[in-house]
Amino acid sequence: MALLKRLAEQDRPALAFTLDGEPASGLLGDTLLTAVLTRSEHLRGSDFSAEPRAGFCMMGACQDCWVRLGDGQRVRACSTLLEAGQIVSRDPGRQL
Amino acid sequence: MTIQPSVVIVGAGPAGIRAAQTLHAHGVNACLVDEGLRGGGQIYRRQPANFRRDPKALYGFEAGKATAVHQAMDTLATHIDYRPQTLVWNAEDHRLDVLQEGRAGTLDYTHLIVATGATDRILPVPGWTLPGVYSLGAAQIALKYQGCAIGERVVFAGSGPLLYLVAYQYAKAGAKVLAVLDSAPFSAQCRALPALLGQPLTLAKGLYYRAWLTAHGIAVHQGATLQRIDGEKRVSAVQWQGSGEPQRLECDAVAFAHALRSETQLADLLGCEFQWSELNRAWLPSRDSAGRSSVPGVYLAGDGAGIMGADAAEMAGELAALAVLADHGQSIDTVRSEHLQRKLAGIERFRQGLETAFPFPEDWASNVPNETIICRCEEVSAADICATVNEGHWEINRVKAMCRVGMGRCQGRMCGLAATELVAHCSGRDLHSIGRLRGQAPIKPLPFGVESQP
Repeated sequence: MALLKRLAEQDRPALAFTLDGEPASGLLGDTLLTAVLTRSEHLRGSDFSAEPRAGFCMMGACQDCWVRLGDGQRVRACSTLLEAGQIVSRDPGRQL
Repeated sequence: MTIQPSVVIVGAGPAGIRAAQTLHAHGVNACLVDEGLRGGGQIYRRQPANFRRDPKALYGFEAGKATAVHQAMDTLATHIDYRPQTLVWNAEDHRLDVLQEGRAGTLDYTHLIVATGATDRILPVPGWTLPGVYSLGAAQIALKYQGCAIGERVVFAGSGPLLYLVAYQYAKAGAKVLAVLDSAPFSAQCRALPALLGQPLTLAKGLYYRAWLTAHGIAVHQGATLQRIDGEKRVSAVQWQGSGEPQRLECDAVAFAHALRSETQLADLLGCEFQWSELNRAWLPSRDSAGRSSVPGVYLAGDGAGIMGADAAEMAGELAALAVLADHGQSIDTVRSEHLQRKLAGIERFRQGLETAFPFPEDWASNVPNETIICRCEEVSAADICATVNEGHWEINRVKAMCRVGMGRCQGRMCGLAATELVAHCSGRDLHSIGRLRGQAPIKPLPFGVESQP
């Protein structure tokens, strides 16, 4: 189930990407956060209890929307625009 | 012919853009550095270039102001050294460390205008880390910047002008708004009226949003406190308390905040003197009426130095630029400068009124349940913080060292003020005596493997 609901601007070109190894698609102009959360419910697991997190501030401050790209770098999903063919994976988080 | 000052402005919101514009008009081309993609800041954040909604749909009554700020930005971008998507992660004497497109570099300045803005002020409740819970600012960004609602059935809670504005924008855009829970009682808003009447237009807009919500059948509860957010893997309900029985409302998304907090890390790293602001319940960098900080060559403008809103930010940006020019020995329009200072003083009085209308919930710290996660990065609970206080610690940096609250990757931006409120409550000390979390470089996380400029 999706977390976010699209209300406007839906007539945009689709962009294919890979989410946790599965094919997925978003729209041109989506952030990674939007592309992921319009088709699923979380972005990462928390660092001490592996609880699901889906970002919070959407303005690059809370650092709770990090996802990993194909080249290994971690980026804030709220402030990174989706690109065609991107490989996105979600860290499961860690438990104590 | 005098030597041109080398001015850097950090932050391309209303304050930074007006500062850059004012300098440009006086023949000084500043370097404007901004973390955002397209400038405009948060409240006037621009949607991606391929989106088509008109400004009225995005900014409502503020469409004219937002468009003017954006046009100023677009004109400037072709004339000045504008650096979007650039993070300033450290600041020292006349030098900034920046990260742009994965490359680290430095920027030298003779004059620096810090216009770093604000984020939501958060008072955590149990369940606030669940997917589907966002700050009010985040809920607005989802809609404005991405055309999305944060869920299908949304509850808005907390207090402050943004509460009604975002609820209104959601409903207007076709989202299902289940309820607005305003922690401020109606009586507080009546008491605030005399001060608010000083800015009748702003007051009228606030009343309009609320009336519109009520007229469209959306429940608006005043004196209603969000107590808990339920859910397993995502939000399923909120629990709240008004004057009567405890209430439970099923929903799939919550947006909440209690007004805003200033982003002060750069001013801190630069060694600016801070003073206690009772109005903001926070330590803020000191500035004179034109925006000069205590450090020569460093100027402060906009919400980053105290919450005054976007209109004030535009004025403060212009004023700070005029102060830079005057300090550099250029002649400026002193009538204009004095006019701006008077207008800012008027907005300050209005801000006092807003604080009366949307009072900070002073009972939050005494009521927050023990199990509530306060620091969402390090997963530190209210009980952990109070236990640390009971061991004899009360200075916030010491408390951070002992229990890790505020030590995570957001560096206390989300939890710092709540933690301070809690420490003051548990220790029985005045809020101002708890201190403030010291800024640390890098002020935001940097990736490994950063390339440096040759």
